[in-house]
Amino acid sequence: MESCQHCGSEVPASSPVGPQFCCRGCAAAHSLLQGVGLSRYYEWRSIDPTVRPLRPDDDALAPDYSVHVRQAENGSAELHLMVEGVHCAACIWLIESLLSRQKGVRSARVNMTTRRLVLRWNPEETTPEEIVAPVLQVGYRLIPYDPAQLGAETIRNEQELLRCMAVAGFAAANVMLLSVSVWAGHFSGMDWATRSLFHWISALIALPATVYCVRPFFRSAVNALRSGRTNMDVPITIGVTLASAMSLFETMRDGPHAYFDSAITLLFFLLVGRYLDSRARGRARSAAEELVGLSAVAVTVLSEDGSRQLLPPHKVEEGMTALVAAGERIGVDGVVIEGASDIDTSLISGETMPGTVRVGDRVFAGTLNLLAPLRIKVSAVGERTLLAEIVRMMETAEQGRAKYIAVADRVARGYAPVVHSLAALTFLGWVMFSTIEWQTALLYAVAVLIITCPCALALAVPVVQVIASGRLMRQGILLKSATALERLALIDTVVFDKTGTLTLGQPELLEDGAWSKEDLAEAAALAMASKHPLARALVRQAPEVAVAANVEEVPGCGLKAGDLRLGSRRWLGVAEDDTAQGPELWFERPNRKPVRFAFQDQLRQDAAEVVSALRKRGLKVELLSGDREATVARVAASLGIERWRAACTPADKCARLAELAAEGRHVFMVGDGLNDAPALAAADVSMSPSTAADVSQNTADVVFQGHRLGPVLEAIEVAEKSGRLVKQNFGLSFLYNVGTIPIAVAGLVTPLIAAIAMSTSSLVVIANAMRLSRRKTL
Amino acid sequence: MTNLLLLIPVALILGALGLAAFLWSLRSGQFDDLDGAANRILFDDDDRPRQG
Repeated sequence: MESCQHCGSEVPASSPVGPQFCCRGCAAAHSLLQGVGLSRYYEWRSIDPTVRPLRPDDDALAPDYSVHVRQAENGSAELHLMVEGVHCAACIWLIESLLSRQKGVRSARVNMTTRRLVLRWNPEETTPEEIVAPVLQVGYRLIPYDPAQLGAETIRNEQELLRCMAVAGFAAANVMLLSVSVWAGHFSGMDWATRSLFHWISALIALPATVYCVRPFFRSAVNALRSGRTNMDVPITIGVTLASAMSLFETMRDGPHAYFDSAITLLFFLLVGRYLDSRARGRARSAAEELVGLSAVAVTVLSEDGSRQLLPPHKVEEGMTALVAAGERIGVDGVVIEGASDIDTSLISGETMPGTVRVGDRVFAGTLNLLAPLRIKVSAVGERTLLAEIVRMMETAEQGRAKYIAVADRVARGYAPVVHSLAALTFLGWVMFSTIEWQTALLYAVAVLIITCPCALALAVPVVQVIASGRLMRQGILLKSATALERLALIDTVVFDKTGTLTLGQPELLEDGAWSKEDLAEAAALAMASKHPLARALVRQAPEVAVAANVEEVPGCGLKAGDLRLGSRRWLGVAEDDTAQGPELWFERPNRKPVRFAFQDQLRQDAAEVVSALRKRGLKVELLSGDREATVARVAASLGIERWRAACTPADKCARLAELAAEGRHVFMVGDGLNDAPALAAADVSMSPSTAADVSQNTADVVFQGHRLGPVLEAIEVAEKSGRLVKQNFGLSFLYNVGTIPIAVAGLVTPLIAAIAMSTSSLVVIANAMRLSRRKTL
Repeated sequence: MTNLLLLIPVALILGALGLAAFLWSLRSGQFDDLDGAANRILFDDDDRPRQG
C-alpha cells in the first residue's frame, strides 16, 4: 500500500486524491508547502510513530486565541501556544518558517523540549487567526495557554536547583583541589602555614557556596520540622551546617583537619540527584498538561443580535443560547431548544452507543454531538454542572485516601534520631571517659554526622526514580506522581473500566455472515455521509466505496437516500427478536429482505494477554463498567475476568473501591472516562490512557499512550523492580554506615577517609540503580 | 610558595569565569530548550526564519 506523501500514513484505496495522498487535507497541505518553497521539509523530516500523524483536521474547532493574547514590549502582541504533532527538528523549522513568512510577524520560536511556541507580531498588521492558519492547514494543532499558570513554579524551582548545582560544582572542584594538596601534605610534610593558608582559601570558597546551596534543603527541612516530622533533608542540613562550622573553627585554631570538601561535595551530589529527579517528573507533567489542554473547548454562544461569539466555558452564563456544531464536544449542561441529534455520552456514562436527543432533552458538558447542529439553552454552568459534581465526588474520594508517605521519608523518620543521638553519645562518651579536650570530642561527633550524612541514602530513591521514569517515558508511560511507583509496587488488585480502557472505545463491524460483500458496499456508500460511530465503522470495512448521492440523515433513526435506508431496527420496522443484542444497523433496499450489521466495541489488541499476565502475577482482576450488563458480561468472559459489575454509576464505582479498601486490599484502578474519575481518585494508585477525559488524566498518577494495554503491565513490572532496587540501595547504604560508624565514633575519620567513603557509597548506589535501565523485552 | 600565590588566584578566577558564564547563559534562556538547540545547527542559514 502507498503511504501518503504528506502525513506518511497509509493511503486508503478510496482516497479521492490517491495514490499520493490519503485525504484532501494532506493534498492541500502538500501543495501549500510546495507553493511557499518549503517542500525541503519532506526530505529532512523523520516521522515519529508515537506522535499523531500530521493530518489536517477538517472538523476541529479553532480555539479562541484573543483571550490569551498578551502585550509584549515595543507594541508587539504575544501568544503562547502548545504544538501537537511535532515529530522532529524539521517540524520546528517548518513551523517557524511558515510563521515568519507571514506579514506582521516579529518572531516565532518553538521550544522543542516542551513543544511550545511563542509568537510575537504587530497587532496593527494582522490577527493571530490569520498567522497560524497555514500551520493548522499543514496539520499541526495549536492550543493557546497561559504561561503564568502552566508550570511556572516548577521552572523556577528547576532553575534554582540548576544554579545551586553550578555553584556547588564550582566550589567543590576548587576546594577539592586544595584538599588533595592538604591530604598529600600530611604525608610529605607540608608546613602548618601553607596548610592553614589552604584551609582559609577553602573556607573562603566553601562557606558562601554552602550557604547558597543548602537553601533548598534547609527550606524543606524547616517545613518538615514545623509540621512535626523529619525527612531526609533534616540530617542533611544539620550535617552540612555542623561540618562547615566545625571546619571553620578548626581552621581558626590551625587544626590539621577541615571538612569543607566533604560538605560541599555532598551538596553537589545531592543537587545533581534532585535536579534530575525534578526534570524527569517535570517532563511527564508537561506532557500531561499538553494532553489536558487539547480537550479544553470554547463554547459558541449566540448573542441576542444573532452574532456568534466564542467563550471559554467559565464565562458562559445561565440562560444563554449555545450552538453546538456536529462533531463538536458540548461544553455546558443545558436543554435542547432546537434540532435533534445523536449524542455520544461515553465520556460521562461509559456507554459505547450514542443516545438520541430531541427538543426538551437534557445534554451534559463533556458529551459529543454527532449528527446535526443543536441549539442549547444553558441550564447550568461552573459548579452546578454534572461535570463539577463528578469533580466534587472525586475530591471527596481523594481526601478519604490515606496520605501515602514516601519510603525515603519513612526511613528518614527512623534514621535521623538514631544518627543524631549517636553523635551526641560520641561527644558525651569522649568527654566523660577520656582526657581529650571537649573541642576534639566535638570534632569526633561531627565526624560521625558527616560520615552518616545520608548521601547514599538520599540518592537511593531519586536515582531509581529518574531511571525508572526515563525508561517508562520511552514507552509512552508518564509518571505524574512522585510516589506512584512505590504505591504501584504494593498493589494486589487491579480494577479496570471497560469502554476506552479494555476496549478501544470504538465499535467494529462483526463478520457474522449476516451480510454479503455486496450488502456492505451498498450500505457503506450511504454510511460515508455520516459521522455516527456505527456508520464510520461500516466505512472502515469498505473504504473503497464512493459516497452515494442525496444522502439524508434522520436524527435518532438513520440515513436515507432515495429508496435505500440504513438505520435502527425500530425505524425500519424490523420485528424485535433474540438477535437484538449489542449495537446494530439495518439496511433496507426495495424488494429485498433487510440486512443486519452487528457491531462490537473491539478489545485492545493485547487485553487478554495483559489480563492473564496480571493474574499470573497473583493479582486479582476486576471489571467495573457503566455499560449494559450483556456487553460487560461478554467482555469479562472473553478476557477471563470473573468479578465484574455492569451499569455502575460513578458513585457505585467509588463504593466498590471503598469495599475493597475495607478488605485491606491495595487497588490499582485503570480507567478513562469522566465516570471513572472519582474511582481513580479513590484507588491506591491509578492509570489512564492518554485518550481519556481531561479530569481523569489529571487525577490519574500514571498516563499511558498508544493502542495497547501493555503499559499497565510494564508499569507494574518497573514499579516492582524499582521497589527492589530501592530496598537494595537502602541496604547498601546501611551496610556502608555499619562499616564506617565505628571508625567515626573511635575518632579515626580524617577528611580523606570521609571523602573516599562518601563518594564510593554514592557511586555504588547509582551503579545499582542503573541496572534498571537495561530493558528486558516483554 | 610564591608560585602558589599566583596559581591559586588564577585557578579561582578561571573557575569563577566559567561559573559566571554558566549563570549568564542560564539566565538568558539558553538552557530552556536543549533538544531544540542541538537540532537547530542542522538548519541551513538561508532557510533560517528571521528572528525579530
